[in-house]
Amino acid sequence: MALLEVSQLDVRFALRQGEVRALRDVSFTLDRGERLGIVGESGAGKSVAAFSLLNLISRPGFIAGGRIVFDGQTLNTLSERKLRKVRGNRISMIFQDPMMTLNPVLSIGEQMVECLKAHRRISSKAARAIALDKLRQVQIPSPEKRLDQYPHELSGGMRQRIIIAIALLLDPDIIIADEPTTALDVTIQAEIMALLLDLCEQHNVGLILITHDLGVVSQVTQRMLVMYAGRVIEQGPTREIINDPQHPYTQGLLNALPQMATPGEKLNQIRGSMPSLAKLPSGCAFHPRCDFMIRPSGEPRTACTEQVPGFVGTGNCRVACHMVAEMLEDRRLKEETP
Amino acid sequence: MTTTTTTPSRWERLRDSYVWYSFKRDRTAQLCLAIFLCLVVAAFASPLIAPTDPYDLRQIDILDSELPPFWIDGADDRYALGTDAQGRDLWSIILYGTRVSLLIGFGAVLLQALIGVTFGLMAGYLGGRVDAILMRLADIQLSFSTLMVAIVVGAVVKATMGSAFYSQYAVIMLILIIGLAEWPQYARTVRASVLAEKGKEYVDAARVMGLRSRRIMFRHVLPNTLSPIFVISTVQIANAIISEAALSFLGLGMPETHPSLGSLIKAGFDYIQSGSWWITLIPGAVLVVLVLSINLLGDWLRDVMNPRLYKG
Amino acid sequence: MIAFLIKRLMHAVLVMFVISLLAFAIQDNLGDPVAQMVGQSVPESERQALRERLGLTDPFLVQYARFAKNAVQGDFGNSYFYGEPALEVIGRHLPATLELVFAATLIIVLFSVPIGVYSAIKPRSLISRFFMSASIIGISIPVFLTAIVLIQIFSIGITVSIFPDSTGWGSWLNGLLSTSGSMPSFGRGYDLVHVFGSWDTNLATLSGLQHLVLPAVSLASIMLPLFVRLIRAEMMEVMQSEYVKYARAKGISMRRVYFVHALKNTMLPVITVGGVQIGTMVAYTILTETVFQWPGMGLMFLDAINRADIPLIVSYLMIVGVIFVVTNTVVDLIYGLVNPTVKLTGKPA
Repeated sequence: MALLEVSQLDVRFALRQGEVRALRDVSFTLDRGERLGIVGESGAGKSVAAFSLLNLISRPGFIAGGRIVFDGQTLNTLSERKLRKVRGNRISMIFQDPMMTLNPVLSIGEQMVECLKAHRRISSKAARAIALDKLRQVQIPSPEKRLDQYPHELSGGMRQRIIIAIALLLDPDIIIADEPTTALDVTIQAEIMALLLDLCEQHNVGLILITHDLGVVSQVTQRMLVMYAGRVIEQGPTREIINDPQHPYTQGLLNALPQMATPGEKLNQIRGSMPSLAKLPSGCAFHPRCDFMIRPSGEPRTACTEQVPGFVGTGNCRVACHMVAEMLEDRRLKEETP
Repeated sequence: MTTTTTTPSRWERLRDSYVWYSFKRDRTAQLCLAIFLCLVVAAFASPLIAPTDPYDLRQIDILDSELPPFWIDGADDRYALGTDAQGRDLWSIILYGTRVSLLIGFGAVLLQALIGVTFGLMAGYLGGRVDAILMRLADIQLSFSTLMVAIVVGAVVKATMGSAFYSQYAVIMLILIIGLAEWPQYARTVRASVLAEKGKEYVDAARVMGLRSRRIMFRHVLPNTLSPIFVISTVQIANAIISEAALSFLGLGMPETHPSLGSLIKAGFDYIQSGSWWITLIPGAVLVVLVLSINLLGDWLRDVMNPRLYKG
Repeated sequence: MIAFLIKRLMHAVLVMFVISLLAFAIQDNLGDPVAQMVGQSVPESERQALRERLGLTDPFLVQYARFAKNAVQGDFGNSYFYGEPALEVIGRHLPATLELVFAATLIIVLFSVPIGVYSAIKPRSLISRFFMSASIIGISIPVFLTAIVLIQIFSIGITVSIFPDSTGWGSWLNGLLSTSGSMPSFGRGYDLVHVFGSWDTNLATLSGLQHLVLPAVSLASIMLPLFVRLIRAEMMEVMQSEYVKYARAKGISMRRVYFVHALKNTMLPVITVGGVQIGTMVAYTILTETVFQWPGMGLMFLDAINRADIPLIVSYLMIVGVIFVVTNTVVDLIYGLVNPTVKLTGKPA
């Protein structure tokens, strides 16, 4: 059994205009030490997925259905008290913007020690020693000095190192990293990502990496999910998806990468933009932007606008697309009738 | 008030707006606006509504003094809410008093807004030394508390000009005093939103197009600062009415011959120990209802418009 | 720290300079010491000579310099009414006002923080809604009116007879809603305990405290709802912040999230506003002391205005200016101690 199993996760926001479904039918697993990427444009529900794993969605959002099972415990029905023992202890998080994540009025040492003390019976002195050790592991310059400093005295890169150190404090099983490098200077993004990857490998920590950067995902993760408008549309081993994407959206994302373009030509981009979750198109939510709605023969595929696509398997991957399903069906029929 | 402008296109825009939508759904806001409008109409129509003219000494009989309101034994049919210590009909004098209070409240806020918006625009738009001087001035005045400034100015003016003169021009005096005491609130709010607007591209665009800074300020920046101005105006009217009442209560406001709600409360306070509580508490209740309805409207407006207000 | 203090000191000097100019202008325009010194019968030529001898015909700046020099030495002249140094008169009235402000501040701090925090944490609960409604009503009632209502209820007493007395429950309800009115509402009482100098305290005896209750509650009545609303609004904003979310993600207890992570950040703007409001509170002492005939500086000031006692008015203004400047400086220092981003140089942007 996998370390973390998410099945049929359904998250909604009760807004004045009515309920908005931020996540539907999200299912995936994570093994011990495995690294999983969650990819999508902003608004696809990546961050909601990350926060709902630890039930940290705040009002008006709530988990409406599904199960999140971690090491035998169903997290989404766990009491707040028991859940607290998981948060920061066995599953820790790294937030997007290091400038906003640390509390401005508490010293770095205080914010590290409190986390250790919340989960272990430990003296302040011992906690400081552990904190210092972790600060060394994240290769921060002069770590002794940092414990008594305040966040505003440190640069963004240093703060994110500290947040990684806090994530590692209690030797967790899983780290959930929500766009951990997006807010940083481009020059230090790669450095921080390499550090995170290195530490996860060293300590055999599972990583759920949420990002919109396919390049990072392909370098860091073993498996990936592609999300669109609150649904998973393609999932499988990272290498397979990157090399041979099936879903038109995934193909579009990959084609839009600058590395894929021919110098001197315009970048390929997916036309249109992500729909608002409150007003999703019927059928496949991607259909208004999809180039494959019309069959090669010229007749439109009506299922795209009428029916939400289910998953079909291609190799180790699973894809939610009517076009792919039809192709597979055709191939199967051809094989059966030689 | 700026929402009820005359052009029909504005009306249509108002009807489609979120403000109107939320107003239709908010019972408290509707009730408050109804009460407020009733009070305003009743106050300004007081010469038509009031059964007696409390300024006319011939209509007053001192023998009718301290009569209780109708639900208490010993009440007189002619005076529904009873009479005050001078024998004036309490209902009439409250109507006239509310008019005085509202007049001073609106007048003072108009003056505050005029000074504050001008200074705030100058400070925010011109920046540099003008900004430093104006804001330091505002800081000093605010650190002194506006009521304190009003009391001191009132006291000094009264001492300089003499009581009789001060009483004669009390309405204008109070508008000036309260108006001058509270301008920093507007100035700081306007300055804050000007600074926020100034960073935006359309202001740069206007400048690149060669528009003069005064034109940019009034035609481009000011309209975008209107919603915070509008929101603090409601609170400021409530504050001005309370300030006026406080000054009158201290004897630095409206004379008893021409009372506002505050001076009615002051006059009645002397009789509370003798059991005639209505002379002070009924005008007090009217004052609270008036201020409360304005404050609740202000609260609702702030929720709806949600402007960036200057804190502190 | 030194630079910070120097900056504050410069500000304080500037404020005091403005106040002293104002005070001097009042004295210069209103106070005619000659008229106070001599009778009506003294001819104008003699008056003029006296004016010259007193230096009243000197240029404005020379006169101001003399005024400032005396003021620094604590000499504001004699009160016309009391016939003794104005500063001594103020010294006699100061303790009563300070005790009143102290008691009101205590009420405000003790109630506003728990109520504000509670209604921010549980904004939908019935109790929070009650507090929010109560606070907006509280803000809408002027201090002197609260004082009058308190006097009517607790000092004079109210007799309710709206329910028929003949039935048992009627008279019970009438009794429940009626009050006997035994609280003192006039002055400080006679059970004062001498501390030192001109300081007699209300805080040492039960009767003294009883005299303090109604004035202190009245004085607190407008600030308390203001602070409840301020603390609630700030706390709710802080609760939305990333660092509070992150603190929860670390698995620390909610109590620690609320009272260490959120409250400390909430208090920063509250402290700043608090500094300004102390000034407002001094203004409100004038109203409260008038209603309760509390023999403090506020009542003294109002009497001085009515008696045109210029030296007393001027010295009151100067002393209040000093109180404002001192409290603002102290508040800034506290702010600097709580907020680590304030370093030696001053406030952050």
